[in-house]
Parts: sequence; structure tokens; C-alpha cells
Amino acid sequence: MVYFLTSVVRMAVPLMIAALGLVVSERAGLMNIGVEGIMLFGCFFSFFVSYNTGSTWLGLLAGCAAGIISSFIFACASITFKASQIVVGCAMNMLGSGLTAVMFRKYFMENSVNGALANSFQAIPIPVLSKIPVIGDVFFNHNIIVYFCYFLIFAVWFVMNRTSIGVKIIACGEHPKAADSLGINVFVVRYLATLFSGFMMGLAGTYLAIAQSNTFQVDMTGGKGYIAMAVVVLGQWKALGVVFGSLIFGAANALQMAIQNSTVINIQYNLILAIPYVITVLAVIVSGRKRIFDASAKGTPYIKS
Amino acid sequence: MNVVEMRGIYKYFGNFCANRNVDFTLREGEIHALLGENGAGKSTLMNCLYGMYNSAQGQIFINGKEVSITSPNDAIENGIGMVHQHFMLIPQLSVTKNVFMGMKEAGLVYNMKELDQRVKDMSTKFGFNVDDPTAYIWQLPVGVQQKVEIIKVLMRNAKILILDEPTAVLTPQEVKELFKSLKLLVSQGYSIILITHHMSEVLDYCDRVTVMRLGEVIGSVDVKDTNEDQLANMMVGRDIDLDRKIVPQPQGDPMIEVKDLRVKNDKGLEAVKGVSFKVHAGEIVGIAGVDGNGQLELAEAIVGGRKIVSGDVLFNGESVVNKDIRYRLNAGMAHIPDDRQKKGLVMQMSIKENMVLSNEQSDTYKTGKFLDNKKINAKAKELVDEFDVRPTDIDYKAGSLSGGNQQKVILAREVDRHPKMMIAIQPTRGLDIGAIEFVRSKLIEERGRQTAVMLISTDLDEILSLSDRILVMHGGEFMGEVTYDVPIDKIGLMMAGQRAEGGAE
Repeated sequence: MVYFLTSVVRMAVPLMIAALGLVVSERAGLMNIGVEGIMLFGCFFSFFVSYNTGSTWLGLLAGCAAGIISSFIFACASITFKASQIVVGCAMNMLGSGLTAVMFRKYFMENSVNGALANSFQAIPIPVLSKIPVIGDVFFNHNIIVYFCYFLIFAVWFVMNRTSIGVKIIACGEHPKAADSLGINVFVVRYLATLFSGFMMGLAGTYLAIAQSNTFQVDMTGGKGYIAMAVVVLGQWKALGVVFGSLIFGAANALQMAIQNSTVINIQYNLILAIPYVITVLAVIVSGRKRIFDASAKGTPYIKS
Repeated sequence: MNVVEMRGIYKYFGNFCANRNVDFTLREGEIHALLGENGAGKSTLMNCLYGMYNSAQGQIFINGKEVSITSPNDAIENGIGMVHQHFMLIPQLSVTKNVFMGMKEAGLVYNMKELDQRVKDMSTKFGFNVDDPTAYIWQLPVGVQQKVEIIKVLMRNAKILILDEPTAVLTPQEVKELFKSLKLLVSQGYSIILITHHMSEVLDYCDRVTVMRLGEVIGSVDVKDTNEDQLANMMVGRDIDLDRKIVPQPQGDPMIEVKDLRVKNDKGLEAVKGVSFKVHAGEIVGIAGVDGNGQLELAEAIVGGRKIVSGDVLFNGESVVNKDIRYRLNAGMAHIPDDRQKKGLVMQMSIKENMVLSNEQSDTYKTGKFLDNKKINAKAKELVDEFDVRPTDIDYKAGSLSGGNQQKVILAREVDRHPKMMIAIQPTRGLDIGAIEFVRSKLIEERGRQTAVMLISTDLDEILSLSDRILVMHGGEFMGEVTYDVPIDKIGLMMAGQRAEGGAE
């Protein structure tokens, strides 16, 4: 049971990180469906750097930088050039999937048959806290990115609810003209929100590549970017809601793995693999009616008259 | 002293000149009305002062010093604040956060307790009844939202307030309250510019008035030296006559008969509570009442856009309760909806396409089974001429028309159906005087054609000048029936829920 709960947290963390990023950018009025692609960039570059330098920290840096740079492309296209955000997002997904696959084959397929392994972040039990029964193992015996994620939950919540930055972000997403009329620079706010969410997506990718595992696989995100978007809907565009939402999906994922490994339950594994995705659809349907906090101006570029 | 002085302002949109050589002055401590029809350039001028637009030419002086205002930030720094016609509030944020949004002074991390208190203090000081600063904007009635907008402006230390059509969304009581607050502000040294096209507001509450027409200033006068006729003449450039023109005429059979009708509103609450009345051919029945007392639901139930809970609607002697809208239209109902942009027209379609809508089965526009472009063009041209729609280009997008011209397109479409019954819901809301006069004369024409007209309006003057009989609605029920010569305070009491002796027929 403790093992199951631990894996729930482990599975939930990448969704949580990406979804926290999305909370910020969606509330600023951007519909970035390129999460999947941007996460893949994060996966690949963190792995690539970690593999070549042997330093997980440099890998982390590279993964986050890759996320920021690729989301900058998205920001340029959709904010400055006012392209359709859905189309640009699709392009980002294809670019991320294609480019990382090509580079992976180029650099790694030749010299190893299968699976070049990189250094990865190891679990660091937190003194005292990790000794608490159950809770200790479930929450305080993870790698550093998980702890960083705990901090980010608080940080995003605090910024969105208690600071002028959060108010500016929400204003730009709901009513950019109102923000403009009060002297808030809509373009700058949206750019920064997008870059922050890119950083978070890159971090989520890094987690997948060199924390949860220690290798890169083609399309290794396996739809986690899309699920993160569902988590945002389920979490009603709020930091704490997103935590709750990603834990549900983490549980679905952990359940799926538990059933696969189980010798008692015998179901076609393809069906079991589908569990998180089925839950995604159900969750979005269930929460679909409550959209009070979905940014009204989402997906529409701001045009100053 | 002149706190604002604008000299020789020019503003172009493309080739269109929205402001031409405009001079405007605001004195300290006055309420100064900027009066003019829609499209006269009032809002444009004020947006130039507030830095939302940049004028092509001209000078602005604040407190005697020349300033350059290129963004709202500049305006705010010069002590100018604007309350826009469409509120600039974020529904998903609390009152306090809206007030302090974008203010450097509030700091990076908000001290919510302190900020809430400041909003509360400001509210009490000027009698704004914004009681709960932690409430979300979407939870508040429109009247209170407007107060939040004003607080927002005051909190930024504005001494000069621009209010763009602030009363358009308010009930008569709220209007009174608003002006009470404005008077209080003025007495404390604030100066206010009020954009409006309601002459009564100008005459009742303002100190001075500047009239604009077609982008130019016609003149500035003291309110005490002027009257309604003179202002109307300055606004429109000719004499305007909105007086009652209804003369008694013989009436026909009851065209619509509503029996004990009950209807629910969007929230599932009963909005119309057992209402019965008749409208005869050749009469206008006005339904008066404050907005939101069930008038809209009543009209929608008759037209067929809303489910009837119980009761009966007889149209020309036949029950139409179970008939769809198409059937009712074919049987001779016509309908001017309350929201012309959402319900009356398809904004992306051209004038002629909008005229065909709902008449697409009529032979006017068809040859055989198919729509005939030649017929459509010919008919649309004829209607555009007859109803004086401008521009006269029938391929012009409905969304680009002014409000008055949009309403004319709807009117043309509905009247051309030669209906037996016309339901007009707020047909002149937000229109300028010229268009109001036109719409009203068309309704009177319909009456002359022995159409039964049901007129729903929150504008009491409109009801009084057009109706043969007046039913006053409150809380989903009729408070009684009166005629146009009834004392106005009696109707006022009925609108507030006092029943007249004798029931409605």
C-alpha cells in the first residue's frame, strides 16, 4: 500500500509541474496545446546534457532552458504575430516529437543497441520527516525535483492569489482591454507567463527523463502533456485544484501499473494502459460545466486599437 | 478655473474624421455633460483625453499646464480617471483586487486586510454601498459594479472623472443614487465629465453642457440657460418632436389573448406569475416596468422562444402554446428582440442576408425552390431605401452598422412580413434621437395598418407617448392598467409594486 501511494506521488509530480505552468499561462489568456512537444524538448535535452556531462544539475538546467526556448517560439508566433494558438500548439507538438526523435537516433542509436543511460537524480530522504510512518515514505523520500514541486505549488498559489503579479495575469486573460486601460502591458505579461509555463514544462520533461527514469525514449511523454491540460480543467485553473487533479491522474497511472504487475488480476494490458486516458475524458466531462475561472480571452491575441 | 482644456483636437480613424477641431473646457467642481447622438464623437474625444487613443493634432492643458497624454498611465498621473461604458472589471477577481489592479502603490504582495479596509472606507465616504470588498465582481449587480469602477478611479487619486454613459445600465432609483454620489464628489472638489445622450439627465443634474454633432462641437452652454428643445435642436441639427402622436382609431378583434400565463426564467424561478391580457388589432399596448420584472420572459413565451409552464396563448383565436416558432411566424407574428446584436441579427452577415433570414421560405426571395439573388438584391435595395438604412450598400456587414441602422434592418425585415402582431422589446434602447423617432413612427404606422402591437419598454416616456393602454408589470404580475394621461408618480408606485384599484384586463 505504501508502495502504491508512493508511486501515486511519483506519477503525479510531472503532471503537477506542467499543469501549474499551464495554470499561469492559461489564466493569462494563452491556449498552449504544445505542452507535449515542449515537455519532450525538456526530456531530450536534460537527458542529452546529463548523459554527456555526467551532471544531473546541468541536465536540469538544459531541460528547463529547452522548455523556455521552445515556448518562446510559441509566444512569438501567438502573441507578437497573433497566429492561431491551436495551430501553433499543434506545430510545437509535432516539432517536439519529430526533432527529439531524430536527434535521439542520430546521437544514441548508433553506439548502443538499446538504452543509453544517463545519470539521474536520486531519492534524498528528508531527515526526521521521512521517518514518519507511511507519510514519510509517501511524501518525503523522493528526488529533489519532487521537493521543488512542493515549493512550486505554494509559489504559484501565492503569486496568483496574493500578489499584484497574479492580478495582472488574470486581468490579461479575462479582459486584456481593462488591463491595458490601467497601464498594464498585456504583451509583456503574456510573454512572461508563457515563458514561465515553458520553464515548468521543461522541468516536467526533465523529471520524466532524468529523475523518474534515466533514459530517453521516443515520445516518452505518452500524452502526459495533454493529461496535464485535463488536470488544469479538473483543477478549475487553480494551483490547489491542480494538485488534487494531478493526484487523481497519478493514482490512475499507479493503478494501471499495479494491475499490470499483479498476478491476480488478468486483463489485456492494452486495456489497462487506457485507464488514465479514459479518466481524462471523464474528468473533463464532469468538470466541463464549471468554467467560471477559465480565462474569457483565452486563445485570442490582444490587438491594441 | 479650467481643470481641463482641450484645444483644436483632431482624431481620424482611417479616412473617417471622428473629431474635427474640437475645443472643450472643464471647470473645477462642475458636472459637465457631453451630449450628442451616437457617433457624434463624444467617446472618441474622451478616449483621447484618457490616452486610449492618440489624437492626430491638438493640445491638452490640465490645470493650466500643457501635457502630453499618450497612454492611460499618463492620464492617471495627471489625475484623470475614466469609467468606461463597458466596465473594465475582471469578474473573477474580488472587488479589492479590481480596485488595486495595476497600482504600484499596493505593492507586490497584497496585504488584503488593509486593502479591503481602504475600499470600504472609500465606499462609506461617498455613499457607494460597496459593502463587501471580498466579493467577486460577477456576484454583484450592475449598479454596484459601476460603483467599484468609480472607487477604482478615485483610489488612483483622480480629481477629474470621465463617466461614459453611466446610466445606460441603471434603474431609475440607481440613477438617482449615482447622481447623489456625484454631487457629493463635486462638492469636495472633484470635477466630472458625463457622456450621455439623455437630455433629462443633463437638465436635472448637470451644471454645464457641451453638445457635439458629427465630430464637431456645436456649443457649450450653462444648463440653467437652456431647455430641452434647444438641446435637441443642437444635437440633431433640426427640430425633433417626440411628443405623443397617437390618435384614437377603431380597433379590431383581439389578436393575442394570454390566459393565466406562467413562465420560468433562466434560473428556473417563476418570472411570469399568472398573467392575463389581450391585445387588439390596431392598438399599441405598452408594458411598463423596471427591467427584470418578467417582461422579457413574457414576450419570449408569446413568440415561442421560451417554454410555457402553464396557461394559454391564443393568437388570432387559435392556441399556439404547442406550436414552434416557425409556425407562429408564418401565422403572422413579428418580433423585435431586446438584444439586436445577439438575437436580432447575424453580425457577420450582410444587410441583405439578414433581411432574408426567417423569410427564406417566402416567395419574395425565391424562384421555385431556390433563393433568387436578383429578387433578394431588388427587395433588399427597396427596403434599405424605405427604411433609410445607412450606408445603403446591401452587402455591408450588419456588424459594422451603427445601432440605429441595425435596428432599422430588423424593423425592415419584420415589417415587410406584414405581420398581424408585432412584439417590440426595448426597440429604442441605446439609439440616438433620430433613430428613436424613426422606430417609433414605424410602430405607429404598424398600428395604423391594424397590427396589434405589444411594446415592452423600461423607458416610461416611450410607453406614455406610444401606448393606447398601459399595463404595469412588477414581480411577474400586472399591477394594473392605466392610460397615458395618468399621473407619472402613480405609474412609478405601480412599477415599485403597488397595485392599482381594479385589475388588468
